[in-house]
Amino acid sequence: MSRSTVVTHNRVSLAVHEVDPGDPDAARPLLLLHGLGERTPRTTPGSVEWPGPVIGLDFTGHGDSTVPVGGGYTSEILVGDVDAVLEHLAEPVTILGRGLGAYIALLSAAARPDVVRGAVLADGPGVAGGGVHPGSRALVVPNAPSGAPDPYALMELARDVRPADYARTFAGFAVEASDLDVPIWVSAVVRPAWLEAIIDVPGVGLGPVSRGLETYVGVGSD
Amino acid sequence: MAELPTAPDPSAGPAAGTTFAEARAFPGAERPARTYRLDADGIGLAVSEWGDPDAPPMLLAHGGFDFAGTFDVFAPMLAAGGWRVVSWDQRGHGDSDRACLYSWEADLRDGAAVVGSLGTEPMPFVGHSKGGNLVTHLANALPHRISALVNLDGLPSHRAMSDMAGHERARRLRDEMDAWLQHRRGLVGRQRRPGSIDELAERRGRMNPRMSQEWLRYLVTVGAEQSDDGWRWKIDPSMRMGGFGPWQPQWSLLQLPGIGVPVLGVLGLDIEVMGWGTVPDEVLPYLPPGARFESLEGVGHFVHIEQPRLVADMILEFVR
Repeated sequence: MSRSTVVTHNRVSLAVHEVDPGDPDAARPLLLLHGLGERTPRTTPGSVEWPGPVIGLDFTGHGDSTVPVGGGYTSEILVGDVDAVLEHLAEPVTILGRGLGAYIALLSAAARPDVVRGAVLADGPGVAGGGVHPGSRALVVPNAPSGAPDPYALMELARDVRPADYARTFAGFAVEASDLDVPIWVSAVVRPAWLEAIIDVPGVGLGPVSRGLETYVGVGSD
Repeated sequence: MAELPTAPDPSAGPAAGTTFAEARAFPGAERPARTYRLDADGIGLAVSEWGDPDAPPMLLAHGGFDFAGTFDVFAPMLAAGGWRVVSWDQRGHGDSDRACLYSWEADLRDGAAVVGSLGTEPMPFVGHSKGGNLVTHLANALPHRISALVNLDGLPSHRAMSDMAGHERARRLRDEMDAWLQHRRGLVGRQRRPGSIDELAERRGRMNPRMSQEWLRYLVTVGAEQSDDGWRWKIDPSMRMGGFGPWQPQWSLLQLPGIGVPVLGVLGLDIEVMGWGTVPDEVLPYLPPGARFESLEGVGHFVHIEQPRLVADMILEFVR
């Protein structure tokens, strides 16, 4: 059974799980960001090798975190979730994000380039979002949430608009401000427009998750 | 109806602290005839109505950081024209619930919940600023419920963005993101700053420099609440102007051409801090066929507060 901590982001209690205590001296923590509708896994996924601690955040409306009333999700608010966790941890991390979590990992690496020491962007649910511009709008109200995942999260974050130039700008922020040669690593095979737009940004690496993690485990934490 | 002051007079009002009764006595202001709560997907919205409950409904949406009570002079004029005028405090604003999350989609759903509570017939949608933008989006999302659209200075300018060099846009985004994250980190337990009626009015006046202190003090009596240490604006302290996101002003303009009901756009030509700096040339190419467009010389962003009679008459004639 993994240990969990609660981190507060405004009115939301975020669950942060210790997936594997690892060896804190061997590597900085690896922060897992799950895909849309998922939650932090109970054990480290088989494809992930990380000698240091492995922790995971349940986004707002997911896993053991608060399910808010009345929706209102955006990717940006989830970046606020990650930022609350980074403030709580007060130490550098490497991020591995799946699907929706990959997009949030990109934005977080741009927002906090000093503490996000590498972000690996992997395939997973919710990677596409709602495309590069708003679609026709249907104001549908889902059934009242009966727990996580919040149906509002599923509905709203599946339609969240992710313009290509927006993603590219954030990749640029991460590369400019980080002292890592390759602060962003794209492992995702499925590449919606926002991901396609960042792969040729100098400083964005490309390859399997394992190679991305190998790249980051070796780099210094300061 | 009493004659209303139209010119701002920042020096108006007594030097000593204004009392609630003094502040509440604003000429022509009328609190709603009916107020009630409406459940919108679990969020309690405070709804305000002016006029005959049996008259046909007209939807009225306020701007960002405002509340339905900012229509206390304007809405009665529309109601006197034979309408049941219905407005609501948007989530986190005025007397509505504070939410965990705020988004454009959520505001639209809340607005749709208000529309859904008003029978099944089409009705005029009127909105100011953010509210104008909201009802413009609602016009596309609820075409079966709208009979006419009135947008009061509620279309964002894309000129400022498109004139900006790429690196300048990026720097702005970076600054917005940094400021927003900093704000989020300071939210737990945060409250708005308390003060007297005059202090709150004075603070709001910095963002609304064209409004009289008399009107701003009136707004305090409606949009703020008193506790032991003074008055505080009711708006959720977690809300903040700006923020970062993928949104582009163009997306709002693109809502206009396809609207299939009569459209009236009103723009105040005096650019000011809370406005969007939109000029007629930006809007005109996007208006649907037959739309009416009015630019008001010498009027700022709050067209319905600076010129309530003029704008109300314009609307009443338009939706007749």
